Amino acid sequence: MERIIFGDNQFFAVNHISDEKSRAQSIRFKEDKAIIQTLELAMDNGIETFMCTTHDRIERICDHIRTNPSRFNNFKIYPCMPYAHKYANAVTELGYAGTLKHFVPGNFVSSIFKGGIAFLSKDYLSIMELLVDSEMKMFKGIDTPVIFLQNVITDLLLGLGMYDILAAFHAYIKKKYNAEAGFITMNLPKLLQVLEKRGITNPIICTSINKAGFRMSGGIKLYEETLRTKKVRVIAMQVLAGGAIGPREAIEYVCNLPNIESILFGASSAENIRQTAALIKEKSMSSKMQSVL
Amino acid sequence: MVKVALIGAGKMGISHLAILGAHPNVDVVGISDTSKMVLDVFEKYSSFPCFANYEEMIKVTEPDAVFVAVPTKYHATMVRRVLDCGKHVFAEKPFCLNSEDGKELALLARNKKLVNQVGYHNKFIGTFREVKRILDGEGLGKIVHFTGESYGPIVIREKQDNWRSNPEEGGGCLMDYASHVIDLINYLLGTISKVKGAMLESIYSKNVDDAVFCMLELSTNITGVLSVNWSDETYRKMSTSITILGKKGKIICDANELKIYFKSNDCPQGYSKGWNIRNVTDLTDSVDFYLRGEEYSAQIDHFINTIQGRSTNSINDFYSAWQTDHAIAMIKQSSLQ
Repeated sequence: MERIIFGDNQFFAVNHISDEKSRAQSIRFKEDKAIIQTLELAMDNGIETFMCTTHDRIERICDHIRTNPSRFNNFKIYPCMPYAHKYANAVTELGYAGTLKHFVPGNFVSSIFKGGIAFLSKDYLSIMELLVDSEMKMFKGIDTPVIFLQNVITDLLLGLGMYDILAAFHAYIKKKYNAEAGFITMNLPKLLQVLEKRGITNPIICTSINKAGFRMSGGIKLYEETLRTKKVRVIAMQVLAGGAIGPREAIEYVCNLPNIESILFGASSAENIRQTAALIKEKSMSSKMQSVL
Repeated sequence: MVKVALIGAGKMGISHLAILGAHPNVDVVGISDTSKMVLDVFEKYSSFPCFANYEEMIKVTEPDAVFVAVPTKYHATMVRRVLDCGKHVFAEKPFCLNSEDGKELALLARNKKLVNQVGYHNKFIGTFREVKRILDGEGLGKIVHFTGESYGPIVIREKQDNWRSNPEEGGGCLMDYASHVIDLINYLLGTISKVKGAMLESIYSKNVDDAVFCMLELSTNITGVLSVNWSDETYRKMSTSITILGKKGKIICDANELKIYFKSNDCPQGYSKGWNIRNVTDLTDSVDFYLRGEEYSAQIDHFINTIQGRSTNSINDFYSAWQTDHAIAMIKQSSLQ
């Protein structure tokens, strides 16, 4: 994986810090053109990997990438599925069965429900696979070497002890898409333990890593120890802890930790993208030098 | 270990279940749901014992505590049954359709000395907790006015056909979205004592309200406005906020950000004259397991800690949830005038 990965929160008004900022982003990225321009800014700074949710609008961004192959020659997307709100809102409105009927293509679900009652023999993992396929449709023809399970789903399955589904996702991504499965989580130590028990070694995990210990469940010390002692490829997200730490200090901290393969960040302005990318390169280099010495 | 059983594996139910499943001091002994499909999934992929009948589950598993996460219309019957069995209860919000039921259940739980809590999670969000701390320390001086708001995209199309669209089952924006804001107002500023005009508006729904607008007076004589709308698609998800004007300053607070203006340097420690901005990031305690927000884990931690004698039953008890139910009833009544 590349050292720097560009995120998509800013495009879809996901802001954990301020509703006002969220609305401003919503206005700023109203047109798809604004998203594409920002992606190109990231590419101009040497960032060739875009990690994004399977939001409806991403489909149109993918269309643009497909129709401009020379500009996006080395461009990779790491899809993160599902776009949780789409499903959460559907469950609220349609219930579980209604949501499945709505999102799973064809008559598959209709055939396994009879008057709303499920047959006991059916295989839910096939439904999971169909949902993955329906989410992956928009990325056809685009390089997607890592495909992620969103944190709400990862952590829900983790808490429910439904480890078979995590393992089935991992296996299916490999089999069907010849890609690696990744997991986004807010519970790195616990997830890693579970994946190891399932024989999934050296997994790709995207998780909050920051000097403030924000969204690091179980505490920062446990995370540091996990990174030191386990075999894992981590993509660090929320490295600035929502602005609680200055960029230089924040990136220095993350770059000096073991097993951090990549750093994920999102930004809207050319200057922010340039500065953050430059900082990550600088701190990664000095961390490498130190380890050599 | 506290033995916990869950009734109702809907959206909130499975969220609670995941947090309970990961909780170091909890042993999930059973789940019950009326949906065959839901039970089927849990039987296949989890290790939780599953039951179609909640009373049988309680009898067989003998839990210490029970989570009740079913549509509101069943709360009164089920919570009473669980209390009669001598179990601690965590119930989802709003508490009861009929506010008299809530009052009786609060009394029953107190008489039986059972821990009782309702899922109004906003009180466990760092920003709102800080508002409570500042108001309790009289940091804003005499309060002049408040506005409690919540907006989100729950019903944004004409078609609705589930329990949320059925007033008999506790559907509607007043019961769902507005109850959160009402509960927060009760907690931060004083219990709602009078409703001085209320409008319940249907925007897309046929049988229930999609928006609630009303003027309120509190037991502390403070007056303010409630404005809630769950048919506002300009919000990505539910956004609850409260604005409080006092003689010494002003608070604008939501789940992410706390903005406080102080007129002078006579203000709480750590703040100064003018605008102060604090984010949830530096007001949030870490939790052992995270799902959708620290507040969901924190409220369960509080419930389990209370059962184990490490904290008191002081936040979101049945009595406070009844006060919220009572305010809901007053708003309904006022809207008919």
